Amino acid sequence: MGARATSLKTLKWKRPTLGNRIVVENIDAGYGAVNVLHGVSMELNAGETVVLLGTNGNGKSTLIKCIMGLVRPSRGRIAMELDGETIELTGKRLEDIVNYGIILVPEGRHLFPKLTVRENLLMGAFRMAARPHIARNLEFCFEAFPRLLERKNQPAGSMSGGEQQMLALARAIMSHPRFLLVDEPSVGLAPILVAHLFEKIKELKERRDLTILMAEQNFNQATKIADRGYIIVEGKIAFAGDRSLLREHHLVKKYYLGA
Amino acid sequence: MKKAALLILAVTVISGGLLLTAYIENQYFYFSTYIVLQYIILATAWNILGGYTGYVNFGTGAYFGLGAYTAGYLITNFNLPLPWLIVAGGTSSAVLGLAIGYLTLRLKGVYFSIATLAMSIVIATLIINTPALGGAKGMYILRPKEVSFFSNYMELLFATMVIIAVFTVALAWFIENSWFGRGLAAIRDDEVAAACNGVPVLRLKVLSATTSGALMGIAGAPYPYYISYMEPLSTISLDMAVNSLAMPLIGGTGSWIGPVLGAILLSTTQQVATVTISSEYNLLIVGILLVGFVILAPNGLVGLFQSLLKRRTD
Repeated sequence: MGARATSLKTLKWKRPTLGNRIVVENIDAGYGAVNVLHGVSMELNAGETVVLLGTNGNGKSTLIKCIMGLVRPSRGRIAMELDGETIELTGKRLEDIVNYGIILVPEGRHLFPKLTVRENLLMGAFRMAARPHIARNLEFCFEAFPRLLERKNQPAGSMSGGEQQMLALARAIMSHPRFLLVDEPSVGLAPILVAHLFEKIKELKERRDLTILMAEQNFNQATKIADRGYIIVEGKIAFAGDRSLLREHHLVKKYYLGA
Repeated sequence: MKKAALLILAVTVISGGLLLTAYIENQYFYFSTYIVLQYIILATAWNILGGYTGYVNFGTGAYFGLGAYTAGYLITNFNLPLPWLIVAGGTSSAVLGLAIGYLTLRLKGVYFSIATLAMSIVIATLIINTPALGGAKGMYILRPKEVSFFSNYMELLFATMVIIAVFTVALAWFIENSWFGRGLAAIRDDEVAAACNGVPVLRLKVLSATTSGALMGIAGAPYPYYISYMEPLSTISLDMAVNSLAMPLIGGTGSWIGPVLGAILLSTTQQVATVTISSEYNLLIVGILLVGFVILAPNGLVGLFQSLLKRRTD
């Protein structure tokens, strides 16, 4: 598969992406009586890598869950602008949102532990739009993650944490995403693996023209690959800006460097 | 290629079953094989919800009984022909399956199982208190006197069950090898992950429960003619629920062949025991086999064969 693999490297997954974006406008959301997000607005433009920063319990995951339809906002709206059309996402079900090509790599990976690596990857291609691309995407994933090829007939649950996170990413690629949402990918991984993981995410983004929204606590690694970011503090956007501003911001220093 | 081989197998089993009726005179053969066929259908149907989807169902008796009583009512009041009884029995149990499918929205694991167990008691109680269905006294059903193609009605029932069994197993094979089946496997492993991959979790669970229920109802529809006298407590029995759960577990829940093997093994053993020892021992046999398999071959006969095959190739 050597010759084929090199041709894959140069191959671009071209899509008319200009102007495509996800917009979150002024949402309030929470669980039961507890409100977690207060008037949060943000946007994710096609081609960007955007990171949501913040320590535990500030609402990063809740914001991602709102976009996926797993948590219903009590106020505000979420919409996707796709090829000049506006599609309302507020109130839509998870499976419909997935069908629009917005794919979540959930926190804690949520693999299918008893299914093999290959079966896990095929499950990624469950949505209709991904099925015609199965062969090509599978080849891409095995080439990008050689470890998965070695282990393709092994149950996913028997792999190490790092390998499982790679499989979770590869499974998301199998679903041929327009927008990739990654929730806390570095949780439970050794520092050296975290660095490797973020390099992989960057590599995938460049090779597949992906658009990535990532919730992350590991500020240092995340800002290395992000174009822009938001800092969420107690359910509000405390700061929004591009990478260089983000790295310099006093809130970051306060939360991460203890200054 | 594999598809063609399985199609040939299905046609062979059906034509073989029909041919048998021309050669075998002994009526007891049909009487006991009917039960084996019935369990092939029930075990395969159970496996669609229990094995593929991972929702352990103790309500087999209720689905089966509902199908049987729907047919019984239609025989005594309208004298409908057998194909219509099968359609009606399947439909009424499909509706029950649909309701149980929505139950999976709120109940999981052991709690779901307990609810299905309660459901079969509710259905039995409803029938006991419905005079139109014979109540606790039971219901007598007369077989039609005229039989075309076959020498007697028992042989017709036997042939019907062969066809239903092949149809059921073919459906299970089809589900297993489709995106529907893949979605069910995803739900069994992790519902959140399944949903994140775009699997319409609730819709597939409801469809799986409905299919499973409908097939159990279809298995029950010819039963009134087979047994001639139906009574609620023996028609909707826990034995049936335990049997149709043990058979896939013994055979292997992962593939269509598992429940078939389990049903043939267990049900044949029970039929032999009924003649040679006593039917009182049937549940004991299930218990011993189940415990044995859980310890020695937790993935059933299919899993056992696979690991033996793997050991040989390694």
